[in-house]
Amino acid sequence: MITTALFFLFAGFAIACAVLMVYHKNPLYSAIALIGVFIALACIYMLLAAPFIAAVQVLVYAGAIMVLVIFVIMLLNLEEDRPLTRLRHLYLIGSILGLVLLVQTLFIFYAVKKSPQSAQEQADAGLTINIGRAMFTEYLLPVEIAGVLLLMAIVGAMVLSRRLKETRLEIIQKEKRQ
Amino acid sequence: MLMEEIIKAIFPLIVYFTAVFLAFNGVLIIVAYTVLAERKILGWIQGRIGPNRVGPWGLLQPFADLLKFIFKEEIAPDKSTKFVYFLAPLVALICALMPIIVYPFGPPIKTIDWSFLPYGLGDGIKQLPLVIADFDVALLYVLSITSVGVYGIALAGWASNSKYSLMGGLRSSAQMISYELAMGASILGVVMMAGSLSLTKIIEAQTRYPTRWFIIPQFIGFIVFLTAAFAETNRVPFDLPEAETELVAGFHTEYSALKFALFFMAEYVNMFTVSVMCSTLFLGGWYVPGLSRIFEYGSIPYAVVSHIAFLLKIFFFLFLYIWVRGTLPRFRFDQLMSFGWKFLLPVAIGNLVFTTIMVYLGIF
Repeated sequence: MITTALFFLFAGFAIACAVLMVYHKNPLYSAIALIGVFIALACIYMLLAAPFIAAVQVLVYAGAIMVLVIFVIMLLNLEEDRPLTRLRHLYLIGSILGLVLLVQTLFIFYAVKKSPQSAQEQADAGLTINIGRAMFTEYLLPVEIAGVLLLMAIVGAMVLSRRLKETRLEIIQKEKRQ
Repeated sequence: MLMEEIIKAIFPLIVYFTAVFLAFNGVLIIVAYTVLAERKILGWIQGRIGPNRVGPWGLLQPFADLLKFIFKEEIAPDKSTKFVYFLAPLVALICALMPIIVYPFGPPIKTIDWSFLPYGLGDGIKQLPLVIADFDVALLYVLSITSVGVYGIALAGWASNSKYSLMGGLRSSAQMISYELAMGASILGVVMMAGSLSLTKIIEAQTRYPTRWFIIPQFIGFIVFLTAAFAETNRVPFDLPEAETELVAGFHTEYSALKFALFFMAEYVNMFTVSVMCSTLFLGGWYVPGLSRIFEYGSIPYAVVSHIAFLLKIFFFLFLYIWVRGTLPRFRFDQLMSFGWKFLLPVAIGNLVFTTIMVYLGIF
């Protein structure tokens, strides 16, 4: 009973924050609302007996990615956003994507109904040790691909932000002049 | 019948509420006296007396300070973003307080038979754990909550609409994000040796380990963790965000009265959390080697002695914080960043690789 009440509390909070994020004019408030969504989602994961996912959700999304987003907003000092009339066609794409998500959710409901797991299996699936085991046996290939992708991103960031030494810069400029 | 269901639903809430109330107040009182201890010890280091007017040896000073903070006028700068301005100290303090629920205060106590309670409320309760929530990923939980704590500082700096505040907020967020990496990497060695992210299981692993405390095989990890922790809590020698000579008071320049007190409290509760993590991960937490020969494991004297040992370890780290503040000068900001990224992080990763090999070979 308490679990259900908590679920509706966090779900309601998540939806309210999501709506606020989309409709608020100030980008910083939107970002704060998005953090609220992430934290509410983490609470729901916790209720679903998936503590590892919950902790990682907060650590990665709320603690790392959104900090960078907020940094950018703070440093750019963005003005309040005017309604973007030229992006009207995105409404259509957005509704199609929303529909796809809804269908996916229904499909998951169907799949769970078809092959129900025992309560013990469900509770154990969220444990760190089981997630680790699954990642390095059953889902090894996706993990490796994601790892390589992240490595590429890191190397790319290093290359883009690297500062050329003064002398080298001068050489290039001289070459350009010639 | 309805009564029974209501009581069954509410009883766990009451138990948890009591536990949370006791733990939070205990921690907050220790934190209040840490502030007094800091002023006393700093005075002693600098050849002064320190606060000695309010109560004997200044023992009532924390309460006097708190009352003063409460009764000061609330001021918000004219051009500040009001909502964020008031939200920031709350975020800082809430994120500082939330890790308290996973602190392992002591070993479980074997208790009396609780079956006299009505409606079978006490059935199956064999022991009383001295930790509020002991779950699978307690360590990750602490890390993630502290990483959310950055918002308190970043938003405070931005919302005050002042250059000093913004610079202080940016510096401190950059510092916390950078040192979080080294901190996380230094903990992984311990996690690997214990084979768990649960704080209780990490302490249990240390009771079984040949050298008892993980500080011996993980000495490099310990040093890296301690250094990164000083930077995480924005303390000397890494207190760049509030470098007085450059930034007045950093991110909380524009904060007055109780809002400032919330930031202040958050900083000291964070110090306490870091001390708890240090003693739990590297010094065995509540575990005292050889104590089970004197008292039976699970008895009340065993728990009391263990709890006192736990507190003593924490007090040592809190003292270390104050001691360092009294002796070391401050880093320059570029020195701080390059130290974190170019020295601390590689050392932590090197320690991680070393530990992996050692665990694989079965030496650790």
